[in-house]
Amino acid sequence: MGGAHGHLLHFHGHSAVHRAPAHLKVLALLVFMVTVVATPDDWFAAFGAYLLVLVAVIGLSRVPPTYILKRMVVEVPFVLFAVLLPFVARGPRVEVLGLSLSESGLLAAFGLLATATLGVIASLTLAATTEPQALLKGLERLRLPTTLVQIMAFMIRYLSVVTEELRRMHVARVSRGFEARNPRHWPVLAKSFGALFIRSYERGERVHLAMLSRGYTGKMPL
Amino acid sequence: MSTPVLEVRGLAYAYPDGHQALAGVDLHVHEGESVALLGPNGAGKTTLVLHLNGILTAGAGTVSVSGMPVEKDHLQEIRRRVGIVFQDPDDQLFMGTVRADVGFGPANLGLSGAALDARVMTALDLVGMADFADRPPHHLSFGQRRRVAVATVLAMEPEILVLDEPSSNLDPASRRELADILRSLDVTVLMVTHDLPYALELCPRSVVLSDGHVVADGTTYDVLTDDELMRRHRLELPFGFDPRTVAATLGLGD
Repeated sequence: MGGAHGHLLHFHGHSAVHRAPAHLKVLALLVFMVTVVATPDDWFAAFGAYLLVLVAVIGLSRVPPTYILKRMVVEVPFVLFAVLLPFVARGPRVEVLGLSLSESGLLAAFGLLATATLGVIASLTLAATTEPQALLKGLERLRLPTTLVQIMAFMIRYLSVVTEELRRMHVARVSRGFEARNPRHWPVLAKSFGALFIRSYERGERVHLAMLSRGYTGKMPL
Repeated sequence: MSTPVLEVRGLAYAYPDGHQALAGVDLHVHEGESVALLGPNGAGKTTLVLHLNGILTAGAGTVSVSGMPVEKDHLQEIRRRVGIVFQDPDDQLFMGTVRADVGFGPANLGLSGAALDARVMTALDLVGMADFADRPPHHLSFGQRRRVAVATVLAMEPEILVLDEPSSNLDPASRRELADILRSLDVTVLMVTHDLPYALELCPRSVVLSDGHVVADGTTYDVLTDDELMRRHRLELPFGFDPRTVAATLGLGD
């Protein structure tokens, strides 16, 4: 009953990127993202340059590009939204393959896609090359309020426990003949999530009790 | 006799919804004893445990640990003296590594540096988990996590070790390994359990709690062989288990 291994994003390695101090990597990611977001949508060459930088870092880290690519599915919702933009935006329109699209919508869609893609690749690279514990230490060194760091630490610790609980609830539902196939089944899913929320809340209370029992007084001693 | 490690007098407690969980409990545990706390579900066992280190505050009656009453003024010292191992190790182990988790208690007591590290490694050695110090707890097996949970409490050098259902969810090998560890420890033990063979194996004395009252307090052998008492308080031995034959081989009982 080891539970799913929590760090699905981490790719074990010993490259220069892996060994770089976590707080520098977090800072680099922050600076990189602010630069990307601040770049006007029509500076196409700049976006190309950013991508080259990322490709170079990934090459240096020896993380297989497919490893990053597979995990980019999180971007899908942004892609859907970006595809909609040229259809719904106003302003002058252009004909593309017989479709009438908004010019400003197309540009905004490109901007959104480029920013999101670069952001996702950069974050995945950080996650792939940094152990979660090192990341937390890095954030602490960057003087992030300790309460926030503590909350993140608990999130990392209990993510696999909660995921495992969710999986067991899913198996229990399926075993009783339930598969969510259409929106009429959604209320059942909603109730499952409600139950999971209450269970997690109660676990939080039990963890707190266990902490008090070992002399916790409100701040982490380590 | 000397001051008991644990002294509970007339302890009563009702939950905010009015449910009377404890109705006048008296219990003494002396140094070096191993006592099993038995009783059906809902008897108030967990409620009693939460009074021992001041998580819950008595409605009436008193609890004292080595003569020190459990009161707000010295909760920190009480929590050092009473080490509770909770049932679900995932509740107890919340830090990123085993080392940090075992260090959490002693660090709260003000230890740091080499002293802290020595305390942590001693506790991990006692439960045979020293090689796992730098692993995240959620990568360990359930039995290993239960052992680390025991170490987190041992690291505070408690005067009494309170275990809530220590054998639950363990496979037979892990259950036996934990028994070996508990036997090897030089500490007073109060063990809440439904696992009656485990109680017979590890605790010479048993206390039965039922409906918020102590209804029996004697040798584990006498309690388990009192069929009328057992039936009245919904206690049942597992199929095929007879304390009389086991006691003969262990050299207990009559």
